[in-house]
Amino acid sequence: MADNLLDVRNLKMGATVYPPGEPPRDITIVDGVSFTLEKGRVLGLIGESGAGKSTIGLAAMGYGRGGVEITGGEVFVNGRDILKGGIGALRKLRGKEVCYVAQSAAAAFNPAHRLMDQVVEAALLHGTANRKQAEERAVALFAKLGLPDPEKIGRRYPHQVSGGQLQRVMTAMALCSEPDLIVFDEPTTALDVTTQIDVLAAIKDAIRDFGVAALYITHDLAVVAQVSDEIMVLRNGRQVEHGTTEQVIHRPREDYTKALVSVRSIVHEEKKPTPEPVLKVENITAAYSGTVRVLKNVSVEVHPGQTLAVVGESGSGKSTLARVITGLLPPIEGSVTFAGRELSRALAQRSKDDLRELQMIYQMADVAMNPRQTVGTIIGRPLEFYFGMRGKEKQRRIAELLEEIEMGDGFIDRYPAELSGGQKQRVCIARALAAKPSLIICDEVTSALDPLVADGILKLLLNLQRIENVAYLFITHDLATVKAIADSIAVMYRGEVVRYGSKSEVLKPPFDDYTDLLLSSVPEMELGWLEKAIAGRRMESAGY
Amino acid sequence: MSSLLTLVAQRLALGILLLFAVSIVIFAGTQILPGDVAQSILGQSATPEALANLRRDLGLNDPAHIRYLNWLGGLLTGDLGTALSNGADIGKSIGRRLYNTLFLASVAAVVSVPLAILLGLLAVRYRNRWPDKLISAATLASISLPEFFIGYVLIYFVAVQLGWFPSVATVYDSMSFWQRLSAVALPAATLTLVVLAHMMRMTRAAILNVMQSAYIETAELKGLSGFDIIRKHAFPNAVAPIVNVVMLNLAYLVVGVVVVEVIFVYPGMGQYLVDHVAKRDVPVVQACGLIFAAFYIGLNLVADIVAIVSNPRLRHPK
Amino acid sequence: MFTRIPLSAWIGLALTTLFFLTAIFAPLVAPYGEGEIVGAVWEPSSSKFLLGTDNLGRDLLSRMIYGCRITLEIATLATALSFSLGSILGFTAAVVGGWPDQLMSRFVDLLMSIPTLIFALVVLSVLPSNTLTLITVMGVLDSTRVYRLSRAVAADINVMDFVEAAKLRGEGRLWVIFREILPNALSPLVAELGLRFIFAVLFLSALSFLGLGIQPPEADWGGMVKENKDGIVFGIPAALIPAAAIAALAISVNLVADWVLNRTTSLKGGRGG
Repeated sequence: MADNLLDVRNLKMGATVYPPGEPPRDITIVDGVSFTLEKGRVLGLIGESGAGKSTIGLAAMGYGRGGVEITGGEVFVNGRDILKGGIGALRKLRGKEVCYVAQSAAAAFNPAHRLMDQVVEAALLHGTANRKQAEERAVALFAKLGLPDPEKIGRRYPHQVSGGQLQRVMTAMALCSEPDLIVFDEPTTALDVTTQIDVLAAIKDAIRDFGVAALYITHDLAVVAQVSDEIMVLRNGRQVEHGTTEQVIHRPREDYTKALVSVRSIVHEEKKPTPEPVLKVENITAAYSGTVRVLKNVSVEVHPGQTLAVVGESGSGKSTLARVITGLLPPIEGSVTFAGRELSRALAQRSKDDLRELQMIYQMADVAMNPRQTVGTIIGRPLEFYFGMRGKEKQRRIAELLEEIEMGDGFIDRYPAELSGGQKQRVCIARALAAKPSLIICDEVTSALDPLVADGILKLLLNLQRIENVAYLFITHDLATVKAIADSIAVMYRGEVVRYGSKSEVLKPPFDDYTDLLLSSVPEMELGWLEKAIAGRRMESAGY
Repeated sequence: MSSLLTLVAQRLALGILLLFAVSIVIFAGTQILPGDVAQSILGQSATPEALANLRRDLGLNDPAHIRYLNWLGGLLTGDLGTALSNGADIGKSIGRRLYNTLFLASVAAVVSVPLAILLGLLAVRYRNRWPDKLISAATLASISLPEFFIGYVLIYFVAVQLGWFPSVATVYDSMSFWQRLSAVALPAATLTLVVLAHMMRMTRAAILNVMQSAYIETAELKGLSGFDIIRKHAFPNAVAPIVNVVMLNLAYLVVGVVVVEVIFVYPGMGQYLVDHVAKRDVPVVQACGLIFAAFYIGLNLVADIVAIVSNPRLRHPK
Repeated sequence: MFTRIPLSAWIGLALTTLFFLTAIFAPLVAPYGEGEIVGAVWEPSSSKFLLGTDNLGRDLLSRMIYGCRITLEIATLATALSFSLGSILGFTAAVVGGWPDQLMSRFVDLLMSIPTLIFALVVLSVLPSNTLTLITVMGVLDSTRVYRLSRAVAADINVMDFVEAAKLRGEGRLWVIFREILPNALSPLVAELGLRFIFAVLFLSALSFLGLGIQPPEADWGGMVKENKDGIVFGIPAALIPAAAIAALAISVNLVADWVLNRTTSLKGGRGG
């Protein structure tokens, strides 16, 4: 046991919540979690939102965020029970033995100070180095983490550095005081997928080379599989399963873990294009204001009953394409043809039937529904508006739609605030279906959901496509989703379609540079994937 | 740095433009509204000749924009015109009174600003505990209390019953600084009470906002002590919002002065303005209105400029 | 839902109701006439004159009751004016956008850069002193604040996805304003209504206290403070009574508004809204 750097025993954490108009009550966030971590090892903590994984990570520093308190159990670091020493002892531990890397480095750096001052602050405070030594170490770390211009980047202010770079600077900050343990709290979640892989590789290298132990917190099993030696699966504050990475990924014991591992393993047979597309977007060029073209000469087609996935990172123009198709943003050039007839550019000039045929589902289901309307009103309005349905007929149809989205008519009188995230998205789907459209635009509809819930939504969408023969234009940044549901794919980059065709064509080599980068950046649930991907890139850049 | 200077210059230019616009609004407010100024000065029983004479004296026969330009030209050359009621030079009458008003407002500011910031810090320190709750309750009460309630309660108890300070704040030129200070003690206390709770609550919100930032957590997780966190990480970011709060409340204080001066019969700008509104002495009202508005706009401008200057994003552009 | 109303809000509601009932039934509850001289100057409180008499020997309680009526009447009308004007223009600006929005918003910015009391004094120096003038000046000046709030609230809601969904469905502008935006804007506006009413009461009182509001022989509470203020230095607290009444009214309404506001911020929609 002496080798154990971190030893958490029967940890219990909770908080007092103050619901409006009700007496305050105590809630449990972490319930009886135990684990040990040896020097130099990496433990991945994985779970959906609300699993308590960040809370556990911060407990290793004796810290509770936002009123969360440690209510029971023990936390040993280097053999000392850190919960017994009081705040003075904790301050000696924090920033020296245990350091923290936050999800959003942009918020975690003080905007008023230069990066270097913040990076060396902990080392100076704890006396592990003098200013000169600390700065030299910081520069070495910047170089090690692949930051450009390592000598000078420390003189910059946080807002002068990009998000991916800030995340590396934060890692350097954690490593600077030579800690024994670093807590990584979703360090790559906020980054674009092509940036994530580089940061991930830099973090992994640094962990290995400095022999530091780490708690790696994430919701993405594929990411954690790349960096950790062990994985602990958490759900609702309890541990579900704890084992080596190899065991958890290849031989999960619990049903919940099995579900997490097999998520997005939907098998979808690609359909052949029909002769007549339902939607034809031709040579669209669009801009919001001024002269910056957000879309440049974009042409795509969607076939009846099929799915076109539009993939791209933030800023690629994929959501703008949806706004042009729906008429919210009239394009500068180009045309949108729907079922053989050209649609008016602006929303106001479109006929009611054109509007009905083309429905939309949004990323944030919370704000896509009027919080003051019941589920019945939300789904019933399109029935009234487009088909003039009233009374019993309308009620019957609402009940049918609720059946179709697997919810049942018990939800008719509920308000959106009373539904879970997945249920909200289902109601939005029902609202779109109520119009009996030929095409539904799905804008990142699963991005805000936990993986298992997202999986359920994707299965529902595929099922509905089979029954209703509706086409989807599916906008997403997530290639795993694309592989699961698309019949054809358009890859967008900086306002242009860089690759377009049927799914099998698009995903088959040879690739163009960007598609290659994008495809090779998506973490796969496979041990050693990161090394392979990085090695593949080095070879390419070396000119092989 | 140059973009910062540009921004500050822009904001200053905007402030001057606003001041001109405000002068138009104030002028328009007295001249173009329905109702005849001459009639309302002289009353319903005025003879037509008297009305015509007064209109000529006031320059009412000129078109409005000419009258505005004349007035503005006078203002810019330091000529505020003459009062209708007694023919006195407005500039001269205002000078002394403006000094008195600024003296009163400054005393109130010197007391209330540090006190409000201190109490705001206390409220943050004891958040959701009784000192914080007390402050919330005090704020609720204080925005509901009319100035004259606070003023007369102070007069009734402190001046009349206890006899500590004079109930009427008379000041004259031969007074020493300390005598003057004693004379304005009660009006200054009233003003302080009027703005204190509000300023304290806004300070509390500004500091809390900073303390809840992720970088404060980062500092805490580096092992910094509470004092160091506030000194090194919270303070540099809290200065701008606090200065902003202070300026907004000083602007509020300038207006609060009007009622307080009347309560304590204090010879300042507010008293002067109110007297001449009752006398319908338009030139005086215009001049005073513009001066009050200028202070108000000026303080808001300072708040904006401090916010621009202290923003690291603007000080160190990419 | 009534069990969840906190004690402070109950007190606020009860007192506010009491003030309004007094105002409505003023002639029935007042023991003497409004201008009736019934005793000596500044008589102390007695069984005959519960609050004593005022500077002219009128019954202070009766004056207070009639004053309540005048204060509430003018404050209510001014609030109604500022609210209807401000919210209609604010909503229109947010939904229509473009140059009408720019024009109105910049004009409101201009008006708000002049302190309200100062601007009111400037305007009152030329307008005839009567109730209509008072209500109009107070209502119009205060409508700038309502305009800003309702425009901001409506603009926030207007960019939400559910409003976009309604527009994409092809709903008309009226549906969007009344069915999508208004139900979600109601709570903050109701809380604001309370604050605007308090402001109107305090503003009216200040103007009357300065001698520029309600003209004698009628008097609102602010005017009564002015009438009786000379007694203060002789230790006669008559002026403090109307002043305290203003404070009590303002605090009561504030307690109610505070409760509505807290409920709003914690409410994400749904039942009980």
